[in-house]
Amino acid sequence: MATADPNAVAAPPGDSRNHGQRVVVAWLVLSAVATPLVAVFVGRLIPPGNHSEQSTGQVFDNTLMLAVITPVICLLAVFFFYGLRTFRTTSGALVDGPPLRNDARIQVLWIVITSTLVLFLAGFGTFELLQNGSGGGQGPNPIAVPGGSKFQVQVIGQQWQFTYRYPSLGGLESNQLYLPADTDVELHVTSLDVIHSFWAYELGVKADANPGVDNVLFVRTKGPGVFHVRCAELCGLWHGYMFNNGRVVDSGQFDAWASKQQKLYAAIKPFMDRPESDGGAPYSKTYFPAPDRRAG
Amino acid sequence: MRLGVKLLLVAVAVVAAGVMIGFYVSNLTTLAGSPSYALPVSGSSAHPVVNLQIQTVAAVGPKLSQNPDWVSYLVKENGQWKRKTVWDLPAHATVHVTIFNFDGASALRNPFFARPQGMVGNRILVDGKPADHIDPNDASHTFAVPALGIILGIPGVADDAKNQCGYAPCPMSNAHRTIKFTFHTTTPGHFRWQCFVPCAAGWLDGFGGPMQTIGYMDGFLNVKA
Repeated sequence: MATADPNAVAAPPGDSRNHGQRVVVAWLVLSAVATPLVAVFVGRLIPPGNHSEQSTGQVFDNTLMLAVITPVICLLAVFFFYGLRTFRTTSGALVDGPPLRNDARIQVLWIVITSTLVLFLAGFGTFELLQNGSGGGQGPNPIAVPGGSKFQVQVIGQQWQFTYRYPSLGGLESNQLYLPADTDVELHVTSLDVIHSFWAYELGVKADANPGVDNVLFVRTKGPGVFHVRCAELCGLWHGYMFNNGRVVDSGQFDAWASKQQKLYAAIKPFMDRPESDGGAPYSKTYFPAPDRRAG
Repeated sequence: MRLGVKLLLVAVAVVAAGVMIGFYVSNLTTLAGSPSYALPVSGSSAHPVVNLQIQTVAAVGPKLSQNPDWVSYLVKENGQWKRKTVWDLPAHATVHVTIFNFDGASALRNPFFARPQGMVGNRILVDGKPADHIDPNDASHTFAVPALGIILGIPGVADDAKNQCGYAPCPMSNAHRTIKFTFHTTTPGHFRWQCFVPCAAGWLDGFGGPMQTIGYMDGFLNVKA
C-alpha cells in the first residue's frame, strides 16, 4: 500500500465551476465563427485553381475538409488555452490535482464523433473520386470514366522532356501541350524510358508516366488559360528542368495551332507513321526502353 | 555550457552550413564536372556574333577524361578540343554552330527529334546540304536546348566508313559528319542542353554515366548580359 507523500499539500477545496460546460460553450462559439470564415476566405486561397472541372473540384474538396477540421482545431485550441489559464498554479507548491475518473458517456461520444468524421471523409472522398477520377491517373482500365466523347492526347515522358501526341490529328507529335477549351480530354500518360510523373498543376492533373504502362486520366478544360507542366518524379540529371507551359485555347486558336504544327512536322510524318521496327513511332499505347544498338 | 555560448555555436553552425550550401549551388556546374568556357565574341556589342565549334565522339579517350570509354561532346577552345560543356554566350547574339560528329548511328528513340527546330529557318546543313529532317535510324545524337526550343538530330558516320575515330580528340582526317546551323540567344539565363539519344554504352538502356553527368553529353548555355 502506497504511503502519502509527506511534502504534498492538501488538495484545494472543491471547484464549483463546471469546466466542461465552459469549454463546450467556448468551443461552439469559436467554431460557429471560425468555420464559415475559414470556408469563405481561406478556401479560395487553396490550390490548384480553377482551370478545369477537376481542379475546381479539388478546391471544393480541400475547402470542405478544411471546414470539417476547423471545429476539431477549435476544440484543441480552446481546451489548451482554457487549461493553461484556469489550471495554472502560481504558488510553486506541489499540489495534487483532482482525481480523474472514467466517464463512459464522454468516451462513447468521442468514439462516435471521430468515427463519424473519418467515415464521412472516406465516403466523401470515394464519391468525389468516382465522379470523374479527380484528375488522377487510373491505370490502363479506368473506373471513373466521364460520359460523352473525349479528345485524346498521349503524354510521353522521356529524359528530360514531355512530348504530346494527338491521334485525332493524324498522330501529330509536339513538344507543346495545347488543349481546346470546354472539352473533355482523355490523357494517356506513358514513358519511353524511366519513371516520370506528368503534373499539370493548374489543371489539377497528375499521373505517373511508366514505361510499358498506359495511365489514363480525364480532365474537363474550362476557358482559355496557361498552366504549368512539370515532372513530379525524380527522373535523373535534368529532372529539375523538366517543365514547360501548356495552354487551353478556344477552338479557333487550337485549329490554327494544329495546322501550324502539322506543317512544321510534315517532314517527319512518314517516320511517325512507319512501323516501330523500321524506325518509326506509330501511335502505341505504351513504349519500352529498347535501344537497338548502342546500349545493348 | 552557458546558454549564450550555445546559441552562438548554433548560429555559427547555421551560417557555416548556409555558406557551404551557397558555395555548392553557385559552383554546381564546376563541381559537376565541367568548367565553363566563355566563347570569343565578334561583331558589335549591339549585335554580337559567336562561332561555336563542337564535336561528338564515341569515346572521349584517356587524355581528356578518367572515363576514356564514355561518349562525349567536346568544344574547340583556342584551336584545341576540350571537354567543356558549360558555355558562356552573350545575350541577343547570333550563334553559328558547327558540329563534327565522329560517332556511328544508334537511332532516335523518339522520331519526333528528327525534325530540326528552334534554329534560323528550322533547318540545318548536313554535310553542306540543307535538311528539314534526318532519318531517325541514321541519328547518332541530338543537340537540344529545350528551354530555347532548339532540337536537332545529328546523323552518324556509316558503319562501313573507313578511317573511323577510335579515341578523341578526333582529327578531321577521320570519318565524320558536319552539321551547321544558326540560332539566336535571348535574354540572359541559364539553359541546360542535352542529348536525347540514350547513348551511354554499357549502361542500363543507355541512360547512365555520360548521359547523367555534366561534362559529357549534358551542359549549360550561360547566356549573359
